[in-house]
Amino acid sequence: MGLPLMIERSSNNNNNNNNVVELSRVAVSDTHGEDSPYFAGWKAYDENPYDETHNPSGVIQMGLAENQVSFDLLETYLEKKNPEGSMWGSKGAPGFRENALFQDYHGLKTFRQAMASFMEQIRGGKARFDPDRIVLTAGATAANELLTFILADPNDALLVPTPYYPGFDRDLRWRTGVKIVPIHCDSSNNFQITPEALESAYQTARDANIRVRGVLITNPSNPLGATVQKKVLEDLLDFCVRKNIHLVSDEIYSGSVFHASEFTSVAEIVENIDDVSVKERVHIVYSLSKDLGLPGFRVGTIYSYNDNVVRTARRMSSFTLVSSQTQHMLASMLSDVEFTEKYIRINRERLRRRYETIVEGLKKAGIECLKGNAGLFCWMNLGFLLEKKTKDGELQLWDVILKELKLNISPGTSCHCSEFGWFRVCFANMSENTLEIALKRIHEFMDRRRKF
Amino acid sequence: MRLIVPLRGVIQGRGGLFVGSLIPCCLFYFLQLYLKGRRPPPSDPTELPRTSSRSNLFSRGNSIGRVRVSSRAAPVAKPSDSPYYIGLERVKTDPYDRILNTNGIIQLGLAESTLCFDLLQRWMSENLMESIMQSDHGEFDISSIAMYKPFEGLLELRVAFADFMSRIMGGKVSFDPSNMVITAGGTPAIEVLAFCLADHGNAFLIPTPYYPGFERDIKFRTGVELIPVHCRSSDNFTVTVSALEQAFNQARKRGSKVSGILFSNPSNPVGNILSRETLHAILEFAQEKNIHVISDEIFAGSVYGDKEFVSMAEIADSGEIDKSRVHIIYALSKDLSIPGFRAGVIYSFHEDVVNAAKKLMRFSSVSVPVQRILISLLSDVKFIEDYMTTHRQRIRNKHIRFVEGLKQLGIPCAESGGGLYCWVDMSSLLTSYSEKGELELFEKLLSVAKINATPGTACFCIEPGWFRCCFTALADEDIPVIMDRMRQLAESIRS
Repeated sequence: MGLPLMIERSSNNNNNNNNVVELSRVAVSDTHGEDSPYFAGWKAYDENPYDETHNPSGVIQMGLAENQVSFDLLETYLEKKNPEGSMWGSKGAPGFRENALFQDYHGLKTFRQAMASFMEQIRGGKARFDPDRIVLTAGATAANELLTFILADPNDALLVPTPYYPGFDRDLRWRTGVKIVPIHCDSSNNFQITPEALESAYQTARDANIRVRGVLITNPSNPLGATVQKKVLEDLLDFCVRKNIHLVSDEIYSGSVFHASEFTSVAEIVENIDDVSVKERVHIVYSLSKDLGLPGFRVGTIYSYNDNVVRTARRMSSFTLVSSQTQHMLASMLSDVEFTEKYIRINRERLRRRYETIVEGLKKAGIECLKGNAGLFCWMNLGFLLEKKTKDGELQLWDVILKELKLNISPGTSCHCSEFGWFRVCFANMSENTLEIALKRIHEFMDRRRKF
Repeated sequence: MRLIVPLRGVIQGRGGLFVGSLIPCCLFYFLQLYLKGRRPPPSDPTELPRTSSRSNLFSRGNSIGRVRVSSRAAPVAKPSDSPYYIGLERVKTDPYDRILNTNGIIQLGLAESTLCFDLLQRWMSENLMESIMQSDHGEFDISSIAMYKPFEGLLELRVAFADFMSRIMGGKVSFDPSNMVITAGGTPAIEVLAFCLADHGNAFLIPTPYYPGFERDIKFRTGVELIPVHCRSSDNFTVTVSALEQAFNQARKRGSKVSGILFSNPSNPVGNILSRETLHAILEFAQEKNIHVISDEIFAGSVYGDKEFVSMAEIADSGEIDKSRVHIIYALSKDLSIPGFRAGVIYSFHEDVVNAAKKLMRFSSVSVPVQRILISLLSDVKFIEDYMTTHRQRIRNKHIRFVEGLKQLGIPCAESGGGLYCWVDMSSLLTSYSEKGELELFEKLLSVAKINATPGTACFCIEPGWFRCCFTALADEDIPVIMDRMRQLAESIRS
């Protein structure tokens, strides 16, 4: 147990006055990953950001999965419902007093009820959520880290299907000391998880003497932009039961599935199971950052079917509480079923249209994407442009796209994809005009290449 | 700062909900412990054979192993045996209410202040909306609060915080916003610092008595140990270099690596303001041993005595000390009475610590709309100055009343000049001058006098009989009620 002690320290700080004071391994580690290309592109964007009016030749940020397509819906709703600060102000004296002092890690009951109801709506009522199983955290990032602390000890592993969200390398491993063992997926079956791949990953861990504590999936998948098939979910649960490990389903893009019927949540699978020993290994992560476009609010949640995990997560959430003010502000909005129903429906529609725009646009340029049905991005295949189908080949192409086309997109290697040439391209964090400009730049680039 | 207490109720008056839930919860805990003891020891997960029929598998029930949590998670869910938490639980079963439950248990175990709520409330009702919804165009622009912003906090907030902290600390020291990281409360602030300054298994020296919540805040997930440095009433519980030296050497003999010293100033639970000399001495000691200094200054704005508060930031600037070993934590929970907002600060002179803390803030950042409220609030200089003056005055008045009331009963308090509590010497009421005697008195206070005060053992105090009593959530009319109950208890013990 515990992180392995460093053998030699460069200074014995107990005796030497001249040495600089030491920091911990966590502090000096680069597990935060901010030196990888995923983040390097962001720096380029920060230095030369595109602006429709002031900097039309700047870098267009297509590496950030942020949802801005439905902001107007939120604005209109808030202006209408909150004219005298009744919702977000503190016209009622008791309201403020409670908010100010309230730091109970259980979270506001009304807010948890609102979250439960919102999560049910997204799943079309196909699963029920008990507000008392909801643990609030300051964002899904915190939820994933918290669950990792609870389910695994240092040097244990979680199995994660590739390609996966680059942030997991940091969120799941940095402070926790837990390892990620990849479940390799490839384009032969649209990157779906197979039982063979699961077994193989598990065996790889065992061969290295690493104890596997769970499988963590993202459904819909980031970066694929596609939902996980029902059969795959059932196979996954089956696998987790046989190995007696946990199953974490990060469903933060569940409200961004273009056609609601195409999404199956692990909650639906569990809904029909009575056996506690099966259910209690399942945990769901959700957040308002993607579906509701409110990443700045820092609202995440762990939903667990395991009483012990709920209890433990609650206590540990002290390190990452959602402000009572934020809970208060969102509770009434999320409980407004008329609003949320309309929002979810229109948001899905708009994302679908954006997706179609970009995929069509890319197709016209001769570029294919994985068939996707969810999320704020598409998974684009530029393998045919690579001189060498290697990591370096891919990064070279990425660099060209960043420097010549001034588009920041995310290379598949940063998502640990085992096939080279895939890129994640975000489309929901910009105006339609900007998207057109980006597509134009790609067209021109492809035209130039064809001429050679 | 304080950690969230297990099963803590929302506010007084909702005890009913928790009566119903507390008893089954306790039973459930004990049942779990019993079952856990009976379960076979952990081994490699046994694998079940594949079955072609999924529904068969899922209904097999007993033959499937129960999935387990990590060994570091296991102790977290257990009910606490610390009197600090036990006392808080008991209040929930029967909370005092001036009108509805006059025989209930009076809460003196939570360091929070409601003394200036009226001022805050007025500010909020006049400014909250504007501060969240404001935008340059005069119309509401949601992107100003909805979108991703740097996790370490908006620059305007760090600037406002720096200014605020300087003000409440008497304007004698200035804080540089680029050394500052905003956290979701004091709890994550101390944990993140522990993660950055010490490895799993290392230790911090900490003068006793100390805030019980540190046991969790620091130890839960980081694996960093706390080594007590015992202080005595003869020094008014002020830490000495010889005590630090002794604790450090003993740690070394045991093979424990000390990474730093953590202390609170104003101290909790005693309420001491550390003198410049003491602060210098601590810093010099740290310099000599080449370790870190963490100064928890969360009560810096709640100074009501005559002694001047000096921040470690001021001391760090003087002399030949390597500043990069100095780190300060702060939060708005105590001074500004808004623990629910979750806003704290890590302030460090070490660039790498600031950088690491910034990156770690993705796990504990403050929501943007709340940051906007706080920018408005902290920048409202006139309001802050009025608030702070009133806040200090009201604590002082309450303190005088409370201490005087106890004095009349022959119960003295330690000298204190800051914080929201006093450190009460109830040793004259002990039947035996021991930890056992103290815990017996704690139980009598709860069940007979119906008062929850935190016993010194929960704070790792080496002298029995001391209790922390928080008085800043009391109305003036509550004090005679408390004194009356204390008088009756004292009489029954002394007779």
